[in-house]
Amino acid sequence: MSAADLPAKSKGIRDTSLDDASLHRWLTSTWETKRGIIGALSAVDHKVIARRYLITAFVFLCLGGLNAVTMRLQLSGPERGLIGPDLYNQLFAVHGMTMMFLFAVPIVQATGIYLVPLMVGTRNIAFPRLNAFSYWIYLSGGLFLWVSFLLDMGPDIGWFAYVPLSGPEFSPGKRADVWAQTITYTEVSSLAVAVATIVTIFKQRAPGMSLNRMPLYVWAMLVTSFVVVFAMPAVMIASTFLILDRLVGTQIFNPAEGGDALLFQHLFWFFGHPEVYIIFLPATGMVSAIIVTFARRPAFGYLALVLSVIAVGILSFGLWVHHMFATGIAKVGASFFTASSMLIAIPNGLQIFCWVATLWGGRPKIGTPLLFVLGFFFIFVAGGLTGVMLASVPLDLQVHDTYFVVAHFHYVLIGGSVFPLMGAAYYWYPKLTGRMMSERMGRWHFWLAFIGFNAAFFPMHILGLWGMPRRVYTYPVDLGWGNINLFITGGALVLFFSFVLFTINLVWSARRGEPAGDNPWDAGTLEWATSSPPPSYNFARIPVVTHLEPLWAARAELPVAAGLRVDARELVISTVAEGHPDIREKSAAPSIWPLFAAIAVGATFLWSIFTPWAVVWGAPPIAIALIGWFWPKGEPEDE
Amino acid sequence: MMRKPASLAIGLALAVLGGCQREERETRPEPVLGESQQAVPVTALEPGGNRPQFSNPKAAQFEGNAYHISQGKTLFSAFNCNGCHSNGGGGMGPALMDEKWLYGNSIESIHASIRDGRPNGMPTFGRLIPDDQLWELAAYVKSMGGNVPSAAAPGRNDDMMARPAENRMPNAATQGRTP
Amino acid sequence: MKATGLHRAAALLPMIPLSGCTGIQSALDPKGPAASELAWLIWFFTGLCSLIWLAVMIVLIWGLSKRRGDRAEPLDIDEAGDRKATRVVTGAVAATVLMMIVLSLLSYFSNRTIAAIGGQNPVTIKLTGHQWWWEVRYESDQPRRTLTTANEIHIPAGEPVRVVLSSTDVIHSFWVPALHGKKDLIPGFDNELTLKADKPGVYRGQCAEFCGAQHAHMALMVVAEPREAFDGWYNAQLSNARQPETDEQRAGHDLFMNRPCIMCHKIQGTKAAANTGPDLTHLAGRQTIAAGTLHMSRGNLAAWIADPQSVKPGARMPTMNLSGDELNAVVAYLEHLK
Repeated sequence: MSAADLPAKSKGIRDTSLDDASLHRWLTSTWETKRGIIGALSAVDHKVIARRYLITAFVFLCLGGLNAVTMRLQLSGPERGLIGPDLYNQLFAVHGMTMMFLFAVPIVQATGIYLVPLMVGTRNIAFPRLNAFSYWIYLSGGLFLWVSFLLDMGPDIGWFAYVPLSGPEFSPGKRADVWAQTITYTEVSSLAVAVATIVTIFKQRAPGMSLNRMPLYVWAMLVTSFVVVFAMPAVMIASTFLILDRLVGTQIFNPAEGGDALLFQHLFWFFGHPEVYIIFLPATGMVSAIIVTFARRPAFGYLALVLSVIAVGILSFGLWVHHMFATGIAKVGASFFTASSMLIAIPNGLQIFCWVATLWGGRPKIGTPLLFVLGFFFIFVAGGLTGVMLASVPLDLQVHDTYFVVAHFHYVLIGGSVFPLMGAAYYWYPKLTGRMMSERMGRWHFWLAFIGFNAAFFPMHILGLWGMPRRVYTYPVDLGWGNINLFITGGALVLFFSFVLFTINLVWSARRGEPAGDNPWDAGTLEWATSSPPPSYNFARIPVVTHLEPLWAARAELPVAAGLRVDARELVISTVAEGHPDIREKSAAPSIWPLFAAIAVGATFLWSIFTPWAVVWGAPPIAIALIGWFWPKGEPEDE
Repeated sequence: MMRKPASLAIGLALAVLGGCQREERETRPEPVLGESQQAVPVTALEPGGNRPQFSNPKAAQFEGNAYHISQGKTLFSAFNCNGCHSNGGGGMGPALMDEKWLYGNSIESIHASIRDGRPNGMPTFGRLIPDDQLWELAAYVKSMGGNVPSAAAPGRNDDMMARPAENRMPNAATQGRTP
Repeated sequence: MKATGLHRAAALLPMIPLSGCTGIQSALDPKGPAASELAWLIWFFTGLCSLIWLAVMIVLIWGLSKRRGDRAEPLDIDEAGDRKATRVVTGAVAATVLMMIVLSLLSYFSNRTIAAIGGQNPVTIKLTGHQWWWEVRYESDQPRRTLTTANEIHIPAGEPVRVVLSSTDVIHSFWVPALHGKKDLIPGFDNELTLKADKPGVYRGQCAEFCGAQHAHMALMVVAEPREAFDGWYNAQLSNARQPETDEQRAGHDLFMNRPCIMCHKIQGTKAAANTGPDLTHLAGRQTIAAGTLHMSRGNLAAWIADPQSVKPGARMPTMNLSGDELNAVVAYLEHLK
């Protein structure tokens, strides 16, 4: 299998006949992103796009964090008058939307955009122009929400925007429309990324990387992308229905005319629950990668881990109703969803057990990435167990919509996703920048984040059980919640400060960090086989995979495949299951048209909060942009 | 690289800036005490044919403000204006969604009509409705004939539909045509 | 910063009581059969989950602190060790499955127990949610015995009370933690639950579904009292409002009838008969004003009427132009409506 000869038919210069130096020159000139503003705006390199995504998502994380701190200051004492209800309600809605749609989903997808092509050993993501388009759409969606918020037009209806509160009668003005269209922007962008990720994973794996040799992180991204494809349309339908009700006067959610207000909740949570797993599953992939590297052994129970990721992905669609137990649904249905919600604990438990077994059977060395993974265990297991409590219908009726739930989902989302993401940041930062992050600051960051997080969110469980509902801008003096809320605010400030430290570490290490080398952690997956940061073409020669951990199996030299053209953007396309090299295929070249398409689509979305005719008048510019995007270049394969 | 988001932000800002004033939600009258003092035209008979224009600082605050218009819509049914004006279509009282305005269609005139009443049946609400709520009602009544920007006009209610929502109404005066 | 956090934590620990006396709005201080069942369930789940969590953490820390040879080749795996681990993991998964079955069954039977609480001919209350107050209507076969009040529910202690939940605007959620789990009030269809308090007492409830600007100030009081006291209260509520007695009260009455108050409120036995705002017939008999926002007192009443928008910004009650004397008169009249 090594040095597999790829089918060679067309003419052109191939990597077979070149030495390393000229190969580098050729590949650089073919794959490099052009300099200058036009070059930057036309970029299609997955690493460039991913970097933009990561930075933008990090900025939104900071903005969302500022929202949270402002809310915590308002809640630090009873009946505090720091901010009024109008602003507070916008703050918590914008906080939720920013964290879910502008931080969590984009950042896990961005990590995938960066890592998946490297991990599967290919030169670019599939549909690179679509990928570039998705970033521009995401950026305009984020700006749309935040500019609206700064103009006092931020949604004030929560990230869930239940009708009738978000409907035409009770949400005057454009605030609810901003909610609806922010959804559309961000979902279009994550659907595009999901499609590109799936195709990359299925068709562009390095020769020999059969499904059972795929890294667990890639499995996690594959399942996540499928969950995105099936979940996101539900919420886009909900938000479109909402905007139709508000703008066109349809009666979809109006009970007086035969509509149904609960339909919205079903559509929203059919997306909303899988959404949690869209954020969590990539994190499980990061946890697997970090544990395997730091325990210095292959994952215990690879098959079990893969199957549980798939099971979680499928089961996540079967439990949305547990967000709606208080709406008075039929008892049989409620019991069914209790059971199905409990069921998902089983694959999740299996994952945890396998990771613990990996650490047991390995020789773990503690580093900042592993510290964050251990923090993940501590927090996420607790959050998962409170999730089991929420799955129980009667118990849920006491804690639903209280601070207990706030505590639960921050345990699950911060513990289950942000902590692994932080671990992943320390773990993959050397690959992105070529420099190590400061370990000393990393440990301070970890302990501050860990203590701050638990101080901020653990007491919320108690507050919830004491009767404090969510989404309140203040609470009465005589219920005795003041002290505990003050303590929570203190914890939130510590948590916020830990992220300030993280930011300092990111910036400082980019200049002063120790040079990392190709494989600083002695990890086993393909992304560590290339230089740090990777060249624009990722791999000078496409690696051939013979083992689940190729770099551990081939210590001396990685076998490579040859035969690709170097004067054109060529990729190896392999078969879905076995990873046999199948054909050579061109990867799209840089183009400005995805940006134009994104501007046309973004303008249409923006305009459509004012008039439904935007969809009609927005269509021709979009069509023109797409024609430019797909205009044939007169290359042989076009004929 | 950075010029692009900046210009996009500015573009977006300009696009929505028109809407932002319509989103203010001031619920506490300023000053708390003191009604707006306003001269009230009680007759259409004016020398020279032109009616004098009266303006009031509150007119701008309430006119075209989505929140206040929607509050006015709630009050319109809470105070049973429908009893005579039936959803703006008119009954015992005149229709409010057409282009005919006996006492003027400016928000000041409508405010005066509600506050002080008009001959032939329109009662005086000046003592019964606080001034800001009068302005809200006036702003809503003005929107009934499609006479405010559609971005600020209320959408449909969650009721049985008696008429298209205010944001779907063509301007009664022009019927959608440019005058 | 870390140190202060820890100190605070240490100082707070004794303030977290394990059970009981955690306030009039606490799920951990149950005062009715449904809430007792739920509190038991909460403690059971919490106990079991804490044990599982502890077990996982112990195994994890134990595994990390094991001494091992350093930096061997990562692909050299201890096969025997992995086989043992396979058995342990299989056992742990089996235990998880068992646990989930037990917890599902427990929830199911608990749910049945709560659903079975009920009785013959219970007092029936129709509770309607408004932005941001509660309309309470006691239903009866005889029209003259139906009764409307607001933001305060009186129930006979020890008897089940049927509560029909509906909404005329947005979705609200009725939640009195000491008595029952929550249930939503949804426009378009009615929900129902059975409230039962074991002993007389006052329990606070609050809207639990985000319902707009003043969601935070939408509370209600449930007053459970012995049957005779309840009947007494009921009959008193059926009567018309008290006539004003002093000059100041009479002045307040006249102001009420000639100023904005009359546009929204109802006082039975007077010409004020609007139903946009809460019924004020026996306002002074209630414990709170503005849906649990303020305690009932002359000062609070005056503060509320003088400037409701600074107490509850966004509420439907507008600011009235009342002079100091007028305000005093209106407050005197309302305070008289026991």
